[in-house]
Amino acid sequence: MDYIPNTDEDRAKMLSSLGLSSIEELFRDIPGELKPKSFSLPSGKSELEVLQYLQKLAEKNNNKPLSFLGAGFYDHFIPPAVEAITSRSEFYTSYTPYQPEISQGMLQALYEYQTAISDLTGMEVANASLYDGGTALYEAAMMALRITKRKKVIVGEGVNPIYRRMLSSYTKNLNLGLREISTSKGLVDREKIKSGLDEDTACLILQNPNFFGCLDDFSDLVEFAHNKGVLVIISVYPISLGIIKSPGEMGADIVVGEGQSLGLPLSFGGPYLGLMATLKKYVRQMPGRIVGETTDKENKRGFVLTLQTREQHIRREKATSNICSNETLCALSALVYLSLLGKEGIKELANLCRDKTYYLLKSLSKIGMKTKFSAPVFNEFVIELPLNADTIIKKLLKKGIVAGFPLGRYYPEMKNCLLVALTEKQSKEDIDLFVKTLKEIK
Amino acid sequence: MKIIFEKSVKGRRAARFNSDVPISPKLPDNLKKEKQAELPELAEIDIIRHFTNLSRNNFGVDNNFYPLGSCTMKYNPKLGEIIARDERFSGLHPILPQLPEGNLLTQGALEVIYETGRLLSEITGMDEFTTQPLAGAHGELTGMMIVSAYHKKKRNKKTRVIIPDSAHGTNPASSAICGYEVTTIPTNKNGVMDIKKFKKELNNEIAAVMLTCPNTLGLFNSDIGKICKMAHSMDALMYYDGANLNAILGKCRPGDIGFDIVHLNLHKTFATPHGGGGPGAGPVGVKESLRKFLPISQVVKGSDGKYFLNYNQQDSIGYLAPFYGNFAVILKAYIYLLTLGKEGLIKVAENAVLNANYLLAQLKKHYHLPYDRTCMHEFVISAKRQKEKGVRTLDVAKRLLDFGFHPPTIYFPLIVEEAMMIEPTETESKETLDNFAEAMIKIAREVEENPKVVKTAPHNLLISRLDEVKAARELNLRW
Repeated sequence: MDYIPNTDEDRAKMLSSLGLSSIEELFRDIPGELKPKSFSLPSGKSELEVLQYLQKLAEKNNNKPLSFLGAGFYDHFIPPAVEAITSRSEFYTSYTPYQPEISQGMLQALYEYQTAISDLTGMEVANASLYDGGTALYEAAMMALRITKRKKVIVGEGVNPIYRRMLSSYTKNLNLGLREISTSKGLVDREKIKSGLDEDTACLILQNPNFFGCLDDFSDLVEFAHNKGVLVIISVYPISLGIIKSPGEMGADIVVGEGQSLGLPLSFGGPYLGLMATLKKYVRQMPGRIVGETTDKENKRGFVLTLQTREQHIRREKATSNICSNETLCALSALVYLSLLGKEGIKELANLCRDKTYYLLKSLSKIGMKTKFSAPVFNEFVIELPLNADTIIKKLLKKGIVAGFPLGRYYPEMKNCLLVALTEKQSKEDIDLFVKTLKEIK
Repeated sequence: MKIIFEKSVKGRRAARFNSDVPISPKLPDNLKKEKQAELPELAEIDIIRHFTNLSRNNFGVDNNFYPLGSCTMKYNPKLGEIIARDERFSGLHPILPQLPEGNLLTQGALEVIYETGRLLSEITGMDEFTTQPLAGAHGELTGMMIVSAYHKKKRNKKTRVIIPDSAHGTNPASSAICGYEVTTIPTNKNGVMDIKKFKKELNNEIAAVMLTCPNTLGLFNSDIGKICKMAHSMDALMYYDGANLNAILGKCRPGDIGFDIVHLNLHKTFATPHGGGGPGAGPVGVKESLRKFLPISQVVKGSDGKYFLNYNQQDSIGYLAPFYGNFAVILKAYIYLLTLGKEGLIKVAENAVLNANYLLAQLKKHYHLPYDRTCMHEFVISAKRQKEKGVRTLDVAKRLLDFGFHPPTIYFPLIVEEAMMIEPTETESKETLDNFAEAMIKIAREVEENPKVVKTAPHNLLISRLDEVKAARELNLRW
């Protein structure tokens, strides 16, 4: 089936008004030799047939195992009110609000989103979203290069390895001095970082909590970096900011992060939400759409896209970024989610995630399992196993449990290490079952 | 309307959580948040009403006609929305298939990605697709990185990319990010890239030629096959910006024409919603010789019929997105493709082009038409005539709001003075087109008789014309 309203009669009338006898005549500019060599596609189906087929495909996914897999992407409960709002088609069937007078709904929501994100991260301003946490991190590095006019980028190995790979792919052709600095005992190696920063360094990129789940306070490093004219970019897990010191409080210049945990499903990798916030003085170098408050002719408050002269549709090859479509609807989800949590709720949720994590940590130590690092953690930590993590993962999968992320995949020296994550979704019984199963297998 | 933060009442709550585990040890002081974020304190009903009322102040395709040129604002079928919410898809952790034997847990989702890539390859005449790029411009960047990797591998010294002056702004921006300088070719009097000037600029330094075909004027360049051959003779790659693919579905294929790389906008041609600005998806297809440069990883079908992720791609440009793309968007596009099928897709192009020409014929008597030719899926008219009466394109656009229509794309392409770029799409009926034409004609008449009513529009909305200059001058970006 299709979604075309016009009937054969409509089409005949339209063609005759054009003085044509067939639609084919409208395609005369396509030379005969350019006709498709093949267009071998299946025939159309009814919606019912497609639905039934997709349900069969859905059954081939086993998505309800008990899972302790996180690694930067977390399975949080999404209150139904989030979807009730994002499924309003006035929102989801609109596009970039180029015509503000009929887009006040989305524009105001984005202004509120910018407010919530800058407040949560402790920064002065935020943009209206980027694609995801990884592209946001790359864009932040580019922004730092523009601001400092320097060429070197220093990245801590505690930054999500997926994002570090993305950063190195994106910057391969730019002749940057991109340098990664190893961790020590699960935290940044302060001495190595300090000796790595120099007058050519544009930025230092760190993550909190880091990929191993460990928490740190980067205030001292920020101060050291600023003394060398180096900007500090911190990647965050937004839920942790309910209780953990914000990058703003540490003095960061640019904050980025993956916003998926703010009311978006895991959805096999996307759509996600790139968070970005910074200081007012850098706003003109920030990529992405930005919404600002203004007034109409009667002095009524309203909202518009602003600072558009940074953008590709005006600046073309001189734009701050090539971004056009972003993740607006995901930003709306995040805003509704944060509103539902509220000032108290986000604290309550962050504490709950941490409580579950320490419950698992303690239960494991009772059966004699070791954690790799001793630093304080938020909702994720590293277990050191007596054997290869891949083996444990395979064995637990057979019992319907996804044990976590095998760190050997990115850190060859950590083949026996398993990264486990908790959210409010795992019950005490789930955690007890996990511990019991691990004990039996070990 | 009040900002949500202005409605906050201390102590009011919506979501709550209960704990079934003991309290964790105290956080060390230096790790603690000092200042709590001022998130709103509201009950669920307050929040739902706030956002429901905001949605009523927003205009989508489901409200009325949205002829925003080059954005292909067609109807978004609801079937995809329902299926994408199925927890068996939406609940999948993207790392699952990367775990040992974890691919077996996600066979359905991997099949969706694999099959979508195959269908897109057949539609465009390419050999393989990556679904990783997260938007159209992200697809362009992916494509230009492939261009760069190709020339590097061949040790070609290439520094420039050719782009016509009618191109989308993302084209030069994406090329610049990859370190290329941009050579701009003007449009000729027929509304397509001037082939003589193209020939003059084409030399060994050219890495690629980026084209939209039909272009942003809605015109198909009949010399396109020749252009591809000329570019290839200098070992320049041909890049197809798929923003306007809707016009040619089943009528010609970029791969057959001679293009080496294409990106598609699933949120345009393949009917996934635009989401107020995103998320979109910008899969990239390539010819066989460029397959090895595609991003890591690719979904592969094994000899046992099982799908898995291939990470063994030595020449790959690397990792452009954390996973396999905006999966929920890809899923919706797959559903659309299955529903329409071969005949449905051909019908899309035919009806989109018929609708555009029908509307063009009604408007060209009343507005200046810079290139008077049969158009494809969209066309560009100009308010040049109205400007003589002191009325600008912006005024016409704002007046259209009073008639309940979303205005066209305005002031683009940059080469047409007072441009209005109109793309009706195939999902609009003859009556809708007639009503829109009637409004446009009425506005043209108002310009003659009472230009003030146009210049001061909109009149019937909750808000009048907004001061964009003030917004940029007195930056207020948060509450």
